Amino acid sequence: MSEPPLVRFRDPQIEMSHGAGGKASRRLVEGLLAPLFGGPLLGPLGDAAHLDHDGSRLAFTTDSFVVSPLRFPGGSIGDLAVNGTVNDLAVSGAKPLALVVSFILEAGLPAAVLEAEVRALADAAQRAGVQIVGGDTKVVEHGKADQIYITTAGIGRVDPRVRITPQSVQPGDQILLSGPIGDHGITILLARGEIDLEADIRSDTRSVLPLVESLIEAAASGLRWMRDPTRGGVATALNELARDCGHGIVLWEEALPVREPVRGACELLGLDPLHIANEGQFLAVVAPELADAALAALRAVPGGEEAIVIGEVREQPARTVLGTASYGGTRVVDMLVGDPLPRIC
Amino acid sequence: MKYVDEFRDPHLIRQVADEIRRLANPDRHYRIMEVCGGHTHAIYRFGLADVLPSNIELIHGPGCPVCVLPMGRTDDGLSLTARGGVIFTAFGDVMRVPGTHGSPLEHKARGAEIRMVYSPLDALNLAGANPEKHVMLFAIGFETTAPSTALTILQAKAQKVTNFSVMSNHVTIIPGIKAILESPDMRLDGFVGPGHVSTVIGCRPYEFIARDYGKPVVVSGFEPLDILQSILMILRQLEAGRAEVENQYARVVPWEGNLAALKVLAEVFELRPYFEWRGLGFISQSALKIRDAYAEWDTEKRFSLPGIRVTDPKAAQCGEVLKGVLKPHQCKLFGKECTPESPVGALMVSSEGACAAYHNYVHRKTEAAAAVA
Repeated sequence: MSEPPLVRFRDPQIEMSHGAGGKASRRLVEGLLAPLFGGPLLGPLGDAAHLDHDGSRLAFTTDSFVVSPLRFPGGSIGDLAVNGTVNDLAVSGAKPLALVVSFILEAGLPAAVLEAEVRALADAAQRAGVQIVGGDTKVVEHGKADQIYITTAGIGRVDPRVRITPQSVQPGDQILLSGPIGDHGITILLARGEIDLEADIRSDTRSVLPLVESLIEAAASGLRWMRDPTRGGVATALNELARDCGHGIVLWEEALPVREPVRGACELLGLDPLHIANEGQFLAVVAPELADAALAALRAVPGGEEAIVIGEVREQPARTVLGTASYGGTRVVDMLVGDPLPRIC
Repeated sequence: MKYVDEFRDPHLIRQVADEIRRLANPDRHYRIMEVCGGHTHAIYRFGLADVLPSNIELIHGPGCPVCVLPMGRTDDGLSLTARGGVIFTAFGDVMRVPGTHGSPLEHKARGAEIRMVYSPLDALNLAGANPEKHVMLFAIGFETTAPSTALTILQAKAQKVTNFSVMSNHVTIIPGIKAILESPDMRLDGFVGPGHVSTVIGCRPYEFIARDYGKPVVVSGFEPLDILQSILMILRQLEAGRAEVENQYARVVPWEGNLAALKVLAEVFELRPYFEWRGLGFISQSALKIRDAYAEWDTEKRFSLPGIRVTDPKAAQCGEVLKGVLKPHQCKLFGKECTPESPVGALMVSSEGACAAYHNYVHRKTEAAAAVA
């Protein structure tokens, strides 16, 4: 008889923070979901599961979207639903083959609102070069959901040249970031109109597939790890990496690309741009000898011009992300705690 | 970004740090308290301890409103949500403050009507939009935020909004500092004075610290260079044998304070005879209550609150940390039962709390350093 699975999740009730992508989310996934679902195919908790099938390797992933408001500068829930799943496949080294999409709709939703999002989904899929091949629709009573929730699932074929795992990450490896951070989270925050702030800023939602493909062409042999830093931001993604690879990650604080409106909003509201969600950026860890080539490859793709090296992997401080400033000050950069900005995607 | 980048210039930071090292007497140990939680946060966030000589010790003061709020007050405020038709509103840093039966956020997850607001006026507007409900603002903060609460009450009166009230937990900074100065286990050499509070009260109220206790006070801004320059100014006073109040934050803080704000405060609020500060106990004339003329907007007068008193868990040493007697990581609960995610003491809740700041920005850094050593 096999051992009963070890459920360690002890939180008495679900809070918004369990959906925020930070510490509470990780506790839920690792303490409740992984132990009970755990089978031989449930691998490391990356962006997509990898399945070996008939000699080729497939990536399989799903993501749900509950963003409020539905439309915001730079995109809408329909864009997010496609790009989010495409990006999860892309950063697992896979080229998307097909998506399916499910809707939960609130009775009373104007048909025009739904049509606009279906069009957004179709357009985003076309831009990303992937087909939507199926789906499902459910409707709940008025007041039991907030307009539209969308779930997408996607399947892709993993590039055989790519072998990315946290365990392959070594001291000396360079950490690349595809562009400015925090645009999406701050855009949503401002779009809600709860704070009297205005700024010229748009969500960064997009498919990162072209960037990833260029990176793979240039540096596949030295590509160790990739992640799109959505909820919980860059800080949370890198903390997960530090924990999983056992090494330290040192960030150059002055190198972090943050647009002025995002910086300004973060300063005012006491938020750290490293904790703010992105929907069109990704992080890559690359062997030092290939870092220059990888960076050049990213910058050669339209939309990748602002790619930059933001830090490196070191032996110490183990399992920790450290921010360093050029004047000599250092700080620990922790995962997101709590949920400063609920329902951003 | 203007007014930010200039004050984070790495070259200047190194220069000021060098000057501090040059001036600090190696045979002397300096204990300097930064009163304000905003300073505590900045010191850890920017790693300023890394650039200071080891004989300058920064002690974190009581200037974090969430940290000094007794749990009973949170319980009292949340008790109103149990009756129907009341919306509890508060600033974001209150939302995770633990009450006996959970934080406002946890109450919200269970269905209580709780909203985060960014300004007291948002709460008043919420009352206008929900005439069938009563909107209560759980007001918190030192003299920094109290004027905007007072203005909101004046506005409520002018607009004749009757479904709105304020539970005032506003405290005043001077009695808190005095309590620390009077504390027998306290040995301090000087103070980095609060910046935001001083925009309202000015610099004059600190004069007794220099005059009666012989300690330098330098009112300081919140950027790395502000704080380092203030420490340098304190060192210069100490080395010259002076004890004065100086204003490093003159770009924002007028010496006499904000007279319009002080007038509004005096119009709406009066001092309570005494008020409990978490970790420091009851301090006389240290908090603001709403004057009788505005009783209609005073939660404590409109509703009968249970007046809950909760003693802190025995093992939690918030008081010692708050007074600077213990460092955050020296508390028995630090990082074990008490973390930013599930705080036991309030110092672990607010990002301005010494324990949360230490946990977020320093904790594992020193652990790692110890492991290497």
